[in-house]
Parts: sequence; C-alpha cells; structure tokens
Amino acid sequence: MTVWKRKDLLGLETLDAEEIKLIIDTAESFKEISTREIKKVPTLRGRTIVNLFFEPSTRTRTSFELAAKRLSADTVSISASTSSVLKGETLKDTARNIEAMKIDMIIMRHPCSGAPDMLAKTISSSVVNAGDGAHEHPTQGLLDLFTIREKKGKIEGLKVAIVGDILHSRVARSDIWGLKKLGAEVILCGPPTLMPPEIEKMGVRVSYDLREVMKEVDVVNLLRVQLEREKRNLFPSLREYAVLFGLNKDVLKGAKKDLVIMHPGPINRGIELSPDLADGPCSVILDQVTNGIAVRMAVLFLLLGGHTS
Amino acid sequence: MNRKTKARIMDASAIDRVITRIAHEVLEKNRQTKDLCVVGIRKGGACLAERLAKKISEIDGGEIPLGILDITLYRDDLTAIAEQPVVHKTEIGFDIRDKKVILVDDVLFTGRTIRCALDQLIDFGRPKNIQLAILIDRGHRELPIRADYVGKNVPTSVVETIEVRLKELDEVDEVIIMEGEK
Repeated sequence: MTVWKRKDLLGLETLDAEEIKLIIDTAESFKEISTREIKKVPTLRGRTIVNLFFEPSTRTRTSFELAAKRLSADTVSISASTSSVLKGETLKDTARNIEAMKIDMIIMRHPCSGAPDMLAKTISSSVVNAGDGAHEHPTQGLLDLFTIREKKGKIEGLKVAIVGDILHSRVARSDIWGLKKLGAEVILCGPPTLMPPEIEKMGVRVSYDLREVMKEVDVVNLLRVQLEREKRNLFPSLREYAVLFGLNKDVLKGAKKDLVIMHPGPINRGIELSPDLADGPCSVILDQVTNGIAVRMAVLFLLLGGHTS
Repeated sequence: MNRKTKARIMDASAIDRVITRIAHEVLEKNRQTKDLCVVGIRKGGACLAERLAKKISEIDGGEIPLGILDITLYRDDLTAIAEQPVVHKTEIGFDIRDKKVILVDDVLFTGRTIRCALDQLIDFGRPKNIQLAILIDRGHRELPIRADYVGKNVPTSVVETIEVRLKELDEVDEVIIMEGEK
C-alpha cells in the first residue's frame, strides 16, 4: 500500500503511478461527502489554507476553497491585484510573511513556470500548485484522470486526444504526464504553430488532422483557445481554427459511440467546441467540475491529514 | 512484530449464535422492523452489520436498510498518528432522519471509534435513536460510551489485543486474543 510522504504537490511529472492512483482512490471516497445534506467533515479543523492567486481564476480558486471548507479548514484568499505585490514585494517575502502568520498550506497560481517549486523550497508549509505558467496544473490533470476512470472504468490502454493550444497549456502537460504514467496512449492535435517542438519526447503522438484522430480515440480533451494568442498571429483567425480544430457533429462522424468529451473550461462555444456537443450526452465537462472538488479534497487531506512533521 | 496467540475465544458457530441472539434482542427491544436500519463501521463492523441485517429480516421478514461508515475523517488523532490512514467510502444510501439506527462494530475498546461514528451519523441527519451492537467488549473505556447489545464481554489487559477474523475479510470466522506489542 502506497503511503503519501510529500510535503507539496507541484506537478504530476514527479509523482509515480502509485501516488497518482492513491490520490484518485482517495478522491473517490471524498466524492460522496459533497452529496450529503451537511457537506462537511471535521478532518482539517484548525488548519489554515491560503489561496494565493497571481492570475485570474474562478473555477480553480472556488474549487480549492470549497474543498478546504468541506474539510473544515479555514481559508484566506489573496489576489495579487489587491495585495502588496503591487507595492513591489517579492514572492519570497510575501510567502514568508504569510507563513509567519502560522498557516499550514499555500495554494498558488502564478504566471511563471516553476514559481511553486521555488515557494516550496522557501517555506516549510505545504505548497499546492494551482497552475504555473505553461508548466503544470496538477489538480486539473488529476481530476481529468479521475473523470476518465469514472466514465471508462480504467485508464490503461485508452487512447486520449488532447486538442488545441498545446504550446501554452499547463493542463496538457499535467494530462500527458498523468495519462502516460497510468498507461494510456496520448495523441496531440492542433495547429503546428501551437505545437511545441520535440513534444514527441514525452512519449506522445502528434497529428494535425482532427478528423483522423477522432476515429480512433476513446476520450478527447479540448483545450481552451486562449483568445489573446490570436493577436500574436499564432494562428490566422478564430474562424479558421474552428474549421480545422473545432469539434462539432460533422467531425464526430466515424468517432466511437461512447466517446467522452472533456474541456477544462472556460469554453469558447463555437470555437473549440460546438454548443450542441458541449451540452450533449458525450460531454462530461460539468462532471469534471464536480470531481475537481473531490480530487482537491483528497490532495488537501493527503498533504495535511496525518503528518506530525 | 512480537505477538502470539493467547486464546481462541470464539469460532464460527459461536459468532453465528451471538448474531442470532442480538437479532432477537434488537427485535425484542424495537418490536418491529419499521424505521429500523443497520449501519456498520468499516471494516469488521460492516460485515457484522450485513449479517445482523440479514438475520433480522429472516426472523421478521422486512427489508432492513444497510449502511457502511468509514470514520477516518472524524478521527481525533489524525495529527498525532505518523502514517496517513487510507480513506474508504462511506455508503449510506438512505435517509436516517427519524430512523432507529443499530450501529455495529466488532470490538468496543476505548470508545473513540464509536464517538467518531456518532458524530458522523448525526451529520447525516437526526435519527430517532442510535443503539450500539458490539461483538466483543474488551473494556478500557476512555469515553462515557456503552453498548446496548454485547456479543461477549472479554476482560483484557492493555497489552493484549482482540482480533476478530471474519470470512468476508480473512476467510475464517473466529475471535482470538493476542498478546504482546504490535
């Protein structure tokens, strides 16, 4: 039986398959709590968790906050836009000051890849990466794995396509690490300008033909088109993107009947995904959101639940 | 591990007789199975709860709702124990409001597990009452908790442990007293 020994959750790259399975198994036990009339257990009573967000976020921040509250931890949320960061305080100083207030965990989102690793080395409290630059978004990766296993009953042997802006996507990286470790086959698809060079070294296949890819996969995860990228001319137009890489009924011709469609949100309806599919029976997008809370509860519990050190 | 078996105090038929007796006692005290439900504490208690529910419905006919509690998240020693306990699912698929809940566990020792279970049950709703059924009461209570139905009272010393082995988990039905440090 695997036992959790880490202080932090920084990415899926550094976890082994057993650790990932432990988190997903634990999350399964936590899912039921959110369906109770009293959606709360006393497990993390007296623990303090700080949400430190240097980028805008609704879903992830709310999800972490609800996960903490359902475990009875106290939470504080800090947005960079309303904090002393604007006065020029460094990340290290901000973190040390927060830690001096005797907190137990910092959950951080930061635009720079690697910022949470630096934070984890700076403070002795636990650090959870809630997304850093184009590096990793481990809890999103974990909730994707959880949702795939819930819908398909397994992960090993499945073919999973990740479609869209791979270059800038931390979700894609966490998904790739997690899926590969648990034995799935990963196919990336998207505009060549948004495909990182040498990405095949991660053990994935690359294709530029969405229709072909859709014929063989069990799961498709559509990434959000980051609209600000269009201005940097990384692809000619949103319309062209939608035609070549947008998922709609027509593209699904020849796809497996039990295909699962995922999206980390927020969706650009009509660009990467047509509205009828987003709300259709194959879509598990809202299940992902529900499962996100269970997965984050599991992560908080494993990091703060049973340690003396 | 430096433990040895001191005595085998119950075998399969003894356990079965105890469950039959407790089933009758439950019916004697509650008269009918209406509003009755059985909830077992993982893991041993869950198996015993299933057997008890089956026995009660065999005697009385009615279906008895069966639930399983995992009390890990309600433990009072989470920060003190070195190793992370594994969390399992709690499965209570029915509303316990205004129900008579028969809470089942294999061994009653300090009473702390039962405290966790009571807190957790009450978070699920307000039952009419909660009655405690235990296979082995070994004493050494640290909280003011007692059982309503007891299979066997076994006075023990603190260095002894009681091992309840059940077919569902260990392929054999028996209760053993072990001696020595874990």
